[in-house]
Amino acid sequence: MPEPLLEVEDLRVTFRSRGGAVPAVAGLSFTLHAGEVLGIVGESGSGKSVSMMSLLGLIRNTNCLVEGTARFQGRDLVSMRDGELRALRGKDVAMVFQDPMTSLTPVYTVGWHIAEQIRAHEPVSKAVARRRAITLLEEVGIPDPARRVDDYPHQFSGGMRQRAVIAMALANNPTLLIADEPTTALDVTTQAQILDLLQRLQRDHGSAIVMITHDMGVVSQVADRVLVMYAGRAVEEGPRAEVFRRPSHPYTWGLLGSVPRVGAERQRRLPTIPGSPVSADAVPPGCPFQPRCRYRHDRCAQRPPLEGPGDHVDACWLPQDQRPELRARVDAVAVAAGDPERGAVR
Amino acid sequence: MIGFAARRAASAVFVLFAISVLVFLIFFATPGVDPAARIAGRNASPETLAQVRAQFGLDEPLPVRYALMMKSLFWTQDLTSYVNRGTEVIPQVLQAVPVTLSLVLGAAVLWMVLGIVMGTLAAAWRGTAVDPVIVLLGVVGVSMPVYWLGEVVNLITQSRLHDSVFSWVPPLGYVPITESVGQWALHLLFPWLTLSVLYAGIYARVLRAELLGAMGEDYVRTARAKGVSERRILVKHALRCSLIPVVSLFGLDLGALVGGAALLTEVVFGLPGVGRLTFNALQNVDLPVIMGCVMYAAFFVVLANALVDLVYAVLDPRVRHA
Repeated sequence: MPEPLLEVEDLRVTFRSRGGAVPAVAGLSFTLHAGEVLGIVGESGSGKSVSMMSLLGLIRNTNCLVEGTARFQGRDLVSMRDGELRALRGKDVAMVFQDPMTSLTPVYTVGWHIAEQIRAHEPVSKAVARRRAITLLEEVGIPDPARRVDDYPHQFSGGMRQRAVIAMALANNPTLLIADEPTTALDVTTQAQILDLLQRLQRDHGSAIVMITHDMGVVSQVADRVLVMYAGRAVEEGPRAEVFRRPSHPYTWGLLGSVPRVGAERQRRLPTIPGSPVSADAVPPGCPFQPRCRYRHDRCAQRPPLEGPGDHVDACWLPQDQRPELRARVDAVAVAAGDPERGAVR
Repeated sequence: MIGFAARRAASAVFVLFAISVLVFLIFFATPGVDPAARIAGRNASPETLAQVRAQFGLDEPLPVRYALMMKSLFWTQDLTSYVNRGTEVIPQVLQAVPVTLSLVLGAAVLWMVLGIVMGTLAAAWRGTAVDPVIVLLGVVGVSMPVYWLGEVVNLITQSRLHDSVFSWVPPLGYVPITESVGQWALHLLFPWLTLSVLYAGIYARVLRAELLGAMGEDYVRTARAKGVSERRILVKHALRCSLIPVVSLFGLDLGALVGGAALLTEVVFGLPGVGRLTFNALQNVDLPVIMGCVMYAAFFVVLANALVDLVYAVLDPRVRHA
């Protein structure tokens, strides 16, 4: 087994607030190998973005405390000084953010942005950086890149901007690309194009990708491995096929159950997970999902460890052998709950 | 860019025309205001009044009078004062303009530099002791009225400490830059400082707020994720974007000050500028001089705004392409 690219162990991100310490990420561990695509899924506020941004030192809030270890190519990111981390950002680890409309400085051209990215880490002339910017824009599928390189962000459409942002992120051939909901702000057709682009670039450049999303569809399309987060913790992790075929945590069941199926007969309301996501400052002791779980029992008062057969792990006390049957019952209950609406939906 | 400039210039000319008509109507067509009675003096006979009207063209219809006024203001440039007979208006204004321009432009450079430096430092050192100190200094600057601060400065530099520390300070007044650059600057030094203190305080506060807002923007996070240094993020990204609203504020202030709003500073420091000229003309209801001053002021306000729009277009590509 080669040494992993990124090994996060017991990552904790805590915000000090007037109401006391709020743990946004409470003991997250995962491993990422070179060239692998990890999809991190979870509801808003589950700590997906915060965990990744804390690794890169992008949370400037002075009330934020980051603990644990995160070895990237053998070096711990958490204990790294800001200067070292800055040398790493954009060079070895690049990040693409959610909203391409606001993630570029409006007063500079697209080419300027890419050139800035290149020149931040490589001592090349402006002319060379510009030529490389044109090549990169071409690579991400911007038509007429030699002309569009001098366009301002507002002259690009949303999808094109995200392409430009991706071109910028890839400018220094990072070994790890963190994509924080890169398709959320785009329309569906553009989403598919951007995902295709990311997959193609991932093949060509060989970068590992951490794809943060709340869209199960995105994960099923691009990820090699899936990490499901809830309330700042991993509740399930495993290879994509395993997690989608045999999801083992009740929360994952809920997530998958709430995806509408194209082609299936439309006979009921979409099932939902009852209750609402826990706020980070009110996570119950024990299993964080228990208030919303149909199968809560006495053991749930204790925190379940993340374990399971092989490399498909989950944090749940339910006996492994009964899970398929229990999952089927969840779906049945959801269908029943949707019944009164039947007439209205049809 | 050239098309943008041309469009802007055309609209500036139109605004000036509209202002001239408006001012003319206010002073010459307001019921109860009779310039002839003012020129002819108190208790003038109806014959004298009629004579004065004919002499000054005041018996013509309004549009003709407007045209005559504009002709003597811009074309023949021989508009004369109603109060001091024979004194031409244009030379008076032209004499006052360099004084006001010297005062305001010098102060503007000072307050922009001071304001930008203070605002940027305050934003950069937010959370440390530097930020509140700068903000406090700004508040002090804003709270001191120009006439009070100017008098205090005069008291210290011209009287109390004039024999020791400030013996190099020249007496109040104005020396043209064409005569002696050194004396010009020396005479204007304290007026500049006094006028810029107020504006530097305002600009520092505005810029600080803009910067703090900009530092929370997504593009700053992107720049940070690129591995760009904090200083570069502050200057190249946040400051560059925050300057846009500051420039529009600057245009308004500059236009107003050049147009005569620096009156208090001019009076306190004995500078014979446009503000003082307007003030005197208003006291005597000297209509041609008022007309000349207002047109001049309007010209600078419009010019300053046009310039600001141009600078805006340079600073913000979104405006240029709109």
